[in-house]
Amino acid sequence: MKHLLSINDLSKSEAIAILDTAQELARVSDGPMKKLPTLRGRTIVNLFAEDSTRTRISFEAAAKRLSADVINFSAKGSSISKGESLKDTAQTLQAMGADAVIIRHGASGAAQRLADSKWMSGAVINAGDGTHEHPSQALLDAFTIRKHLAKSGEDLTGIKVVIVGDVLHSRVARSNVLLLAKLGADVTLVAPPTLLPVGIESWPCKISYDFDSAIIGADAVMMLRIQQERMSEMFFPNAREYSRYFGLNSDRVKVLKPTTLVMHPGPMNRGLEITADAADGARSVIVEQVSNGVSVRMAILYMLLAGAPEGELVGITREVGAL
Amino acid sequence: MSLALPAPDITRALTRISHEILERNSGSESITLLGIPTRGAHLAKRIATIIEGIEIVPVQVGTLDITLHRDDLRMRPPRALMPTLIPPLGVEGRNVVLIDDVLFSGRTIRAALDALGEIGRPKSVQLAVLVDRGHRELPIRADFVGKNLPTSIDQSVLVHLTELDGADEVLIEGGVK
Repeated sequence: MKHLLSINDLSKSEAIAILDTAQELARVSDGPMKKLPTLRGRTIVNLFAEDSTRTRISFEAAAKRLSADVINFSAKGSSISKGESLKDTAQTLQAMGADAVIIRHGASGAAQRLADSKWMSGAVINAGDGTHEHPSQALLDAFTIRKHLAKSGEDLTGIKVVIVGDVLHSRVARSNVLLLAKLGADVTLVAPPTLLPVGIESWPCKISYDFDSAIIGADAVMMLRIQQERMSEMFFPNAREYSRYFGLNSDRVKVLKPTTLVMHPGPMNRGLEITADAADGARSVIVEQVSNGVSVRMAILYMLLAGAPEGELVGITREVGAL
Repeated sequence: MSLALPAPDITRALTRISHEILERNSGSESITLLGIPTRGAHLAKRIATIIEGIEIVPVQVGTLDITLHRDDLRMRPPRALMPTLIPPLGVEGRNVVLIDDVLFSGRTIRAALDALGEIGRPKSVQLAVLVDRGHRELPIRADFVGKNLPTSIDQSVLVHLTELDGADEVLIEGGVK
C-alpha cells in the first residue's frame, strides 16, 4: 500500500489492521507523553485546495504526534489562487522533499491524478476529492462504531448502519458504504431520490426513502451534511420540508435503542439535518469522532510512511523475533 | 535443526529466574513485570504465575510493545502494533522487569527502554530473557538469563511456547555447528 486514495485500495484485512493500529495509538494519545519518534525526519504536506477544519488539523495533529514535520498549504494565500496548476504545485512539493502529500481538492479524482503522475514520488493520501471519496473519514467512522459495538481485531458483521442525507454530494457516504460493507456491516442509505447519485443500485447497500422505518433497530445513525455550496439547483422544496422528512430530531431519537450511536462527520447544519438536542444528546458520538480521527490518521500515516518503501527493502538477514 | 532447550528445562529456567527476581527485589511488592510481545508477553505471564505461587500475592504484570521505537522501522514493511498493557500501579517508582524470549543484538531492549521512558520513570529497570545468544550490538546485558546459548551469527534461535506453537522448546536452526 503506497497511497490511500480510495477505500477500494484496502483489503478487508488491511482495513482491520488500520483500526487495530489506531486502537493502540489511541492509548498513546491518552498517555502522559503524546509524542512518538516514529516518523522523525519525514516531511508531510497538507495540501488543502478546499476549506477544512477537522480533517486538516486532525492530520496535522496526527503527523506531529508521530514527530513528522508538517507543512500546511492551503489554496487561499498560496499560488493556487494565482492559477498555478496541480502539476506545478506538486513539482514544487517534490523539490522540497515531501515524503507524503495529504490532498483535499474540489475535483473528484484529484488525488488519483497526483498519485498516477510522475510529478512527485511521495505517498498521496486522499483527504476528500470532490464528491468522490474521503477514506480517512470512513476509517474513523468504522473505528468509532467498532469501539462501541464490536470487539477489537474483529470486523463489523451484523451491525446495522443507517446513513441519511445528501448522498449525491457526499464523499463521506461513498467511502463509508464501501468500507462498512467490506467490514460486513448492513448499510442502508436514506435520502430523497433527488439526492441519490446515478448508479446507486450498484453500491453494496440498501436504499430507502423512509427515514422513520429505516431507523428501527439501527445500531448507528450517520447524518450527512446538506452541502449547500455544491448545490446549484433545487434538490428539495425547502429546508423545513427536508428537516421534517430526513432530519434527526428528538422524536426520531426516542425511537432509537439506548445503545444506538448518533454520528455526523461535521460540520453540522444544526436545525437542518440534525437538531441541536440530537447532536448534543447522550447517544451522540460526534465529538468523539473527532478525537478518534487523530488516532486513525496516525495509523494511516504509520502504515504508509513508517516502513520501507515498497520494492526498496534493505537487505536484512535476521529473524524479526531474534533481535 | 537441533534442540537446545527441551520443555522441562524451560520450566526449570523460568522457575529459577522467578526466584532470582524475588531475591534481587526482596519480594514481589515493588516489581512490575512487562513482557515484550509476543513471546516475551507469554513468558511474563508464566513468571508472574510462578511468583504468585511462591509469594501468594498478586503480581503486577503487563506487556510493552516497542514497534514504534524500533530503529529498523524504515528498513522493513510496516508492522502491525501489538498491545501495550500497563498494570494498574503503572511504572512510576517501580522496579520494572522487562521480559523477552531471546536477547541478541540488544536493539529490541534499547527500543523497550525508550518506550518505557514515555510511560513513566521506573525506580529501576531489569532484564530477564529465556535465551541469551550473544552477538550484542549495543552495551546491554541481561540481569536474569534462562540459558546462555553460544551461536554463530548465521544461525537462528527459535523459541516455541505452548500458548502459541503447541509445545515448549528452543531450537537452533541453520549455520554450521
